[in-house]
Amino acid sequence: MSIIDKTDAVLEPRAEDFDGPLLEVRDLHVEFHTRDGVAKAVNGVNYTVDAGETLAVLGESGSGKSVTAQAIMGILDMPPGRISKGEIMFRGQDLLKLTEEERRRIRGRRIAMIFQDALSSLNPVLSVGYQLGEMFRVHQGLSKKDAKAKAIEMMDRVKIPAAAARVNDYPHQFSGGMRQRIMIAMALALEPDLIIADEPTTALDVTVQAQVMDLLAELQREYRMGLILITHDLGVVADVADKIAVMYAGRIVERAPVHELYKSPAHPYTKGLLDSIPRLDQKGQELYAIKGLPPNLTRIPSGCAFNPRCPKAQDICRTDVPPLHPVTAADGTELVGRASACHFWKETING
Amino acid sequence: MAELSKKDEPVDATPNVSEVAEIDAHSEEEAVAAIEAPVERGEPILQVRNLVKHFPLTQGILFKKQVGAVKAVDGVSFDLYQGETLGIVGESGCGKSTVAKLLMNLERATAGEIFYKGQDITRLSGRALKAVRRNIQMVFQDPYTSLNPRMTVGDIIGEPFDIHPEVAPKGDRRKRVQELLDVVGLNPEYINRYPHQFSGGQRQRIGIARGLALNPEIIICDEPVSALDVSVQAQVINLMERLQDEFNLSYIFIAHDLSIVRHISDRVGVMYLGKVAEIGTDVQIYDHPTHPYTQALLSAVPVPDPESREGRERIILTGDVPSPANPPSGCRFRTRCWKAQDKCATEVPLLAVPERFKGSDSPAAHESACHFAEEKDVVHAA
Amino acid sequence: MPELASKTDTAVAAQAATTTDNVLATDAGPAPGKPRSLWSDAWYDLRHNWMFLLSTGLILLLLVVAAVPDLFISGDVSPRDGDLTKHYLQKPELGHVFSAEWLGYDHQGRSIYARLLHGTRASILVGVMVTVAVTLLGGLVGLISGYFGGWVDSVMSRITDVFFGIPFLLGAMVVLNTFSERSVPVVSLSLAVLGWTSIARVMRGSVITVKQADYVTAAKALGAGTGRILFKHILPNAVAPVIVVATIALGGYITAEATLSFLGIGLTDSISWGQDISAGKDYLRTAQYVLFFPAAMLSLTVLAFLMFGDAVRNALDPKSR
Repeated sequence: MSIIDKTDAVLEPRAEDFDGPLLEVRDLHVEFHTRDGVAKAVNGVNYTVDAGETLAVLGESGSGKSVTAQAIMGILDMPPGRISKGEIMFRGQDLLKLTEEERRRIRGRRIAMIFQDALSSLNPVLSVGYQLGEMFRVHQGLSKKDAKAKAIEMMDRVKIPAAAARVNDYPHQFSGGMRQRIMIAMALALEPDLIIADEPTTALDVTVQAQVMDLLAELQREYRMGLILITHDLGVVADVADKIAVMYAGRIVERAPVHELYKSPAHPYTKGLLDSIPRLDQKGQELYAIKGLPPNLTRIPSGCAFNPRCPKAQDICRTDVPPLHPVTAADGTELVGRASACHFWKETING
Repeated sequence: MAELSKKDEPVDATPNVSEVAEIDAHSEEEAVAAIEAPVERGEPILQVRNLVKHFPLTQGILFKKQVGAVKAVDGVSFDLYQGETLGIVGESGCGKSTVAKLLMNLERATAGEIFYKGQDITRLSGRALKAVRRNIQMVFQDPYTSLNPRMTVGDIIGEPFDIHPEVAPKGDRRKRVQELLDVVGLNPEYINRYPHQFSGGQRQRIGIARGLALNPEIIICDEPVSALDVSVQAQVINLMERLQDEFNLSYIFIAHDLSIVRHISDRVGVMYLGKVAEIGTDVQIYDHPTHPYTQALLSAVPVPDPESREGRERIILTGDVPSPANPPSGCRFRTRCWKAQDKCATEVPLLAVPERFKGSDSPAAHESACHFAEEKDVVHAA
Repeated sequence: MPELASKTDTAVAAQAATTTDNVLATDAGPAPGKPRSLWSDAWYDLRHNWMFLLSTGLILLLLVVAAVPDLFISGDVSPRDGDLTKHYLQKPELGHVFSAEWLGYDHQGRSIYARLLHGTRASILVGVMVTVAVTLLGGLVGLISGYFGGWVDSVMSRITDVFFGIPFLLGAMVVLNTFSERSVPVVSLSLAVLGWTSIARVMRGSVITVKQADYVTAAKALGAGTGRILFKHILPNAVAPVIVVATIALGGYITAEATLSFLGIGLTDSISWGQDISAGKDYLRTAQYVLFFPAAMLSLTVLAFLMFGDAVRNALDPKSR
């Protein structure tokens, strides 16, 4: 007997007529109640993702990038977590207002997630074919035989060699890269509108990373899905993203189309991150290092959270929280899609 | 570095060493004396020859039968010169971490020698081994598991003095620990705190302070920054470079991040499936790679610059690294190599300066274990 | 086989749990406040746990009762000498708190309340002695076989299996039958001989996990000897689950002693609740309280130790909650 009821096996028709953004996160706040106090993990995040678009959310540990994704997926641990404010609009519908049952229907089918650690996300005692097939059996009511055929088709899709022969293998019999492909296949199985990939290649070797990222980008184009790519790696993002949101201490500090972010960062944190990465093509002198440590989320500094580490910090930075200003070029023309949460973004962008 | 020019010459099969066949009481004295002797800058301090480590695969519960072996390290040779940083890069399963364990004498080598100042440390015991341990220290990858959570920072950094009491007299130790905390950029007042009260970067500094406590000559760093956040990585790398100058250290820097390895290393060795594929100076390896694996590895590195990225050629390898329990015959890379020919399946390519570059003073003339070595710049935009 | 819940959901939940942990663990920032060891963190948790406070209060009270039972009863009442003028059908005088007749008299005219107080010592002593013996023996076996592995582990694990195979109570009955005089140490020892295996297994598993930790490798790399590695690095980190199992088992050992005494092969030289329960069962129709009070006392004691063990587990292993 399945725990998932099969009554909702028939997919409701996709709301193709909706013409707003696929996903819109509005002023999201998430906090965790810990012994040391309230950890403010997400403090007013706004972003949108359109169909067929890749948004990269870049940040270090504790920046709130994964917590935001968990809130979108509805898999936040509550308690200790709590969404204190905000809306998550998916095709014009606020996910946070849905019942648990309604959210479960969206999860996996309309929004899917890929994790960093594929081995612990797959059930070790069931064959990958069975686990892939289950998506079709449970959600689409396919027979065992049809589901297996679909599973093989999906494994072919994600370019697992000899899929038909390996469909009955167990997760531990696959390499890390192959397991991540299986995770991708599972996420894509029901052709969701949005995929959230949380550090999908971090656990993989460099040569395999490239394969998996290429696959993900290719499938995304093919299915015209929205993709949220969560990562700490400035290199990975550069390859696949359309636009980037940089997060720090639970806020978006800079937003930009991918090329422009690297060319002319408009926030000192982004600039610091880019400068602190050693180059592959030349041997540098001493590395630029952002001084200090990421803030403790139970005691986020007043004003701009980055101010204690910022080389440009002035008095205003210690008192006033900078809003996400739209960024304009030196001649005043608006730069589409660019914004920076720095009081001194003009000085930063112009060097 | 000019004084390190010797590096480019092929290393002789057996270094000029004193007899180390059997260590008796008398030669233990000699060994200790040799270990304590200083080494000139630029002279080899560590020489690894044909190092092999096979982990037996066994079956059966009570009566174990060997059914095979994981060939984690399979004939690795390199030199470390005093004062330099030798980077070792490779993907998971290439054996780089096992090399670290062998150099630390944490695993027994199946075959091969590791000469530290001429003494084969795989055969040392007693006082001589203790003296070696004092001089070769390690910094671990994961700052969350490499510090005992039940000990204070002071006890962790002071533990080396408990084990080697001759280094610091008892009354002096607390002061020494506080000095070390200061050296790595931590507040000396934190001496009574516990590891979980610190962030990842701070913990890694504690691990580095422990490594420095005994005034070692060599520090083996096994992925020391890969668990840290980007903004903290740079701090730790800068610290390590400063300490190298300050304490005249030689580093073996093991990592999978090629950009960081280039930044910190004087020379770089690329490992694949238990063997060294290519070794040379950072310019030779990064700007003039001749081994196809190095080229693929370099071209796959995600570069945080979308524009230079587009001009670069990307070599995307197919498939995964084969199992070290059953490596391919001949050249181990041949199953994923686009240049592979019949010869690659039958003949193991030796690590040497390729025939076509012999005698040339081009940077491509460095040791590379490929039958069809040819230069290809994959790092710089076309 | 029931189908597992949607794989994505379970995987998602597992992942979420770990990432949330990371979020909270990695943003420690500059070390705040005073030194805080893991033990003092556990102690903080305990102090704020009502279950711990309640059970500790109860246990402390029981310890005092065990040490000086006469303190809690007014007048000089012997728990052994019966007064046959006090018939067991004479109902308890519930208004006469702390007096001999408070909880009534048993079939031999002995004060039930006095016997409850005097039975505490044997129960607590057996419980504590078995726990200490089991922890030392099982802990040592587990530590050695877990750390050294190989043939040492093979041999020790097989020996553990042999002892594990002996049914706990049945084995104790067979052993105790060979003694005619059964004092507290004799009963404790025979329970300990059969009870150490569970501790040994827990310890072995815990040691095997801990010995792979990098800090153990780091100590070896420094040239630390086996003794230092075992007692400075492995034991302090491996002992928490053993403490948890041992405190929870303590209640079980008290029950085991009562069971043996009930069956007539327990203590011969002390007053035991088990004996009184056994005697009381014959009067179940006419005077239920003769059985009820010792049984309630036993339950209360065991409950106190189980709650204590539970609180300790929550404090030492916050993830199991």
